[in-house]
Amino acid sequence: MADGLSEGVSERVPKGVPPEGEWSRPPLWEGLRAYGLIIAMWIRSTMAYRASFAMTAFGNFAATAFDFVAILLMFSHVDRLGGYSLPEVAFLYGAAGAAFGLADLTFGSMDRLGRRVRDGTLDTLLVRPAPVLAQVAGDRFALRRLGRITQGLLVLGYALVTLDIAWTPLKVAMLPMMILSGAAIFASVFVAGGAFQFWALDAAEVQNSFTYGGTTLLQYPPTVFAKDLVRGVTFVVPLAFVNWIPALYVMDREDPLGLPDWAAFLPPVVAVGCCALAGLAWRVGLRAYRSTGS
Amino acid sequence: MDSDGSGFIELDGIEKVFDVRRKAGLLRRERHQVRAVDGISFSVARGEMVGYIGPNGAGKSTTIKMLTGILTPSAGRLRVAGIDPSRERTRLARRIGVVFGQRTTLWWDLPLIDSYRLVHRMYRIPDKRYRENLERCVELLELGELLDVPVRQLSLGQRMRGDIAAALLHDPEVLYLDEPTIGLDVISKARVREFLRDLNAQSRTTVLLTTHDLTDIEQLCARVMVIDHGRLVYDGALAGLHEVGESERTLVVDLERELPPVELPGARVVKVEGPRQWLAFPAAASAAPLVARIAAEYPLMDLSVREPDIESVIAKMLSRRKVPDPAVSEEVAERSAL
Repeated sequence: MADGLSEGVSERVPKGVPPEGEWSRPPLWEGLRAYGLIIAMWIRSTMAYRASFAMTAFGNFAATAFDFVAILLMFSHVDRLGGYSLPEVAFLYGAAGAAFGLADLTFGSMDRLGRRVRDGTLDTLLVRPAPVLAQVAGDRFALRRLGRITQGLLVLGYALVTLDIAWTPLKVAMLPMMILSGAAIFASVFVAGGAFQFWALDAAEVQNSFTYGGTTLLQYPPTVFAKDLVRGVTFVVPLAFVNWIPALYVMDREDPLGLPDWAAFLPPVVAVGCCALAGLAWRVGLRAYRSTGS
Repeated sequence: MDSDGSGFIELDGIEKVFDVRRKAGLLRRERHQVRAVDGISFSVARGEMVGYIGPNGAGKSTTIKMLTGILTPSAGRLRVAGIDPSRERTRLARRIGVVFGQRTTLWWDLPLIDSYRLVHRMYRIPDKRYRENLERCVELLELGELLDVPVRQLSLGQRMRGDIAAALLHDPEVLYLDEPTIGLDVISKARVREFLRDLNAQSRTTVLLTTHDLTDIEQLCARVMVIDHGRLVYDGALAGLHEVGESERTLVVDLERELPPVELPGARVVKVEGPRQWLAFPAAASAAPLVARIAAEYPLMDLSVREPDIESVIAKMLSRRKVPDPAVSEEVAERSAL
């Protein structure tokens, strides 16, 4: 160990160091890149067990499909639910399902954070040169969750062909905007829920009540719920912007809270706001973890 | 040791205080503070290989976590390669390699090579450098036949070698190893040690390792740091640790026949088993005069000198700092007799 030490050690150029510009890449891009790399690994891992993947994907599809069967059964006894026809409820259901499915696919693994904190494997992510959020979100990426999205889109498709909608360019644009903004709102809930697990390791259940519970709520017309609950999911946890408010606009229906028409165009704004808040919560949570290491 | 006088890894008065909340009753929670690291300062030069040891809960892992940017120190100044780890975690990550002995970073269901490909892209290692480094690791760690095997099918020793390779593909300037030989069989341990020794000698990689297996330290590290209760209680050469711990070496002599215990000044017989006798003498003393006297006065067949077990040395050292613990000294006696 002593030999060789005398030669200009400090002058040795560290060979692993990339040029300076390397570090100024925007974190968002770095995050997306890391996320892409990680989910590619998980997809390959899944494909190591093809049969198992096929079965779980089908199971995921079937389990969510039963949700809708329950609604169909309801409509075999009544013609209207809270004043809404079956295609109208299908529209709400499909939009909520697709948006939630998309969020579940991309950020659904956030609820594993508590486990990673507990068994110490979060530390192995912290020593990699990539944003931790991207690594946690991509953790155990499960392509089988496509089942839920597929089911949501099928039901939405059924609604669109049966409903008699007076289409305008704005209403057409509303469809993708609604699903993407909705997915972003749900994703924020996943991320905020993940951040909360830095403090309460078992908080995944609370988060699930907002995500899985929220999507079930949104599958039904707002008119069947108490006004206070509707107010809560509009102004507190703004899930109403996922599908209710934009869908009511598309279907030319009165908003139960009497919000003006332009509220239908708010989902992207709400989504951006939610993402910002969730990002902030994540930063605070990660900082707390790094100072307590609990 | 470093030519410019400043260390490659530098800690100055580093503290880490945890707020621990404990349930006390149904809703009430008691808060108290735990000083996991209590004012540690040291400096490691580039190319050094340092052993970082101490009892469980002494603060070893907490220190490593601060050095790798996982945890933020509560107080003090910390620099690794001129970078403040907690502030520039990802920048530092490109320049360090970390191996957690008990937590693999390899992909369980995928062939080993896939984990390396991910490292290649995530660290943006230039293709040529990646190929060279992979080739070298595969050769030295004997991974050739394992590259296409799913990680879940690897033995513990193979996986550890795989993990070490994964931590080195991006040419880290520092390598942290947390219990790198834990749970490995003798052959795997020897292989890992040999590799680390070569790595340090050839690539001048700075290595900091924590371990419970003190043979790791004996065979790898010229410098040892001992931490206890969050404080650095020893920092220096391995030999010095023996002096501080007043450790003893053991002379094992095989006589022609069974004889009463050998009587020599400066040594005492600790064990007799047929014609074989174990003599303890201070680690700092030379064995030569003892050997000469035995050879002259007794019918000597064969002999060997055993180095003291560091675990017992540390136990001795720590027990001298605190109240002497009879259980420990008993164990020490037993060990040195082995």
